[in-house]
Amino acid sequence: MIAESFSVEKGDYLRAGEASTKMKNMLKKLGIGGSVLRRISVAAYEVEMNLVIHSLGGTLSIDLDGDYIWLVSEDIGPGIPDIESAMREGYSTADEIAQGMGFGAGMGIPNMKRNADVFEIESEPNKGTKIKMGFLMGGGKSE
Amino acid sequence: MKVNELSKLINAKNLHDIGLENEVKSGYTCDLLSWVMARGNEGCAWVTVQTHMNVVAVASLKEMACIILPDDITMEEAPLNKAKEEGVAVLSSPLSAYSICAKMAKAGLPSC
Ligand SMILES: Nc1ncnc2c1ncn2[C@@H]1O[C@H](COP(=O)(O)OP(=O)(O)OP(=O)(O)O)[C@@H](O)[C@H]1O
Ligand SMILES: [Mg+2]
Repeated sequence: MIAESFSVEKGDYLRAGEASTKMKNMLKKLGIGGSVLRRISVAAYEVEMNLVIHSLGGTLSIDLDGDYIWLVSEDIGPGIPDIESAMREGYSTADEIAQGMGFGAGMGIPNMKRNADVFEIESEPNKGTKIKMGFLMGGGKSE
Repeated sequence: MKVNELSKLINAKNLHDIGLENEVKSGYTCDLLSWVMARGNEGCAWVTVQTHMNVVAVASLKEMACIILPDDITMEEAPLNKAKEEGVAVLSSPLSAYSICAKMAKAGLPSC
């Protein structure tokens, strides 16, 4: 069982992508590659950027058990009032700064869902959002 | 085709000298990052006007061959160093995104 967690700060666009990149390199060293590694990388990046853009800050952690690689994002707020909308392609509340940088297509959560073999989201307004994704190490989804 | 061949094809300047031997398998153009995350492929040559740190993160996480900046756009040193570290080539071409894609298509590169 190998676990590692990274803290991700609100608005930290300069460091954004760093946690995902570190995770990717860590998994690579463990001999994980190919399609599953690329799917994890996409999902990790999307969930990390959402912490930067939409949350008040949080952590991203990775854990390996027998069959799955688990990626969990937990933040301290503000929560998602309408999860169903947030899951829809094209829905975004990204501000102008984020939009100017090319964020806000409303594709992040759909990308996570498409790439993960297991996807769970829980959110409570004013409390926070937790997203748990599982990736089957052998024989999961194709890209 | 290799990145350095593509670079010549579009009269580009290589903004650093790493990744020029990367194999280019396809091409794509879009400035919305999560759109590219969804549609881009490994080995892709990505044409974008975005030049910040996250562009490099996307290209590196997707294992792209290179980032192509159209219209003589350049990239600042920090993202450029990051791209170098990650082995992603960065090209700056005087051509428009449209012309770059047209040349790539003519050379037989498929879309992502
Ligand atoms: N951690 C979070 N905390 C609060 N709200 C969130 C969080 N993650 C996502 N959201 C909400 O869900 C919406 C949809 O997220 P999604 O990642 O799909 O799109 P986006 O981030 O707006 O744009 P893109 O990911 O395409 O750049 C966001 O616009 C935001 O309103
Ligand atoms: Mg997002």
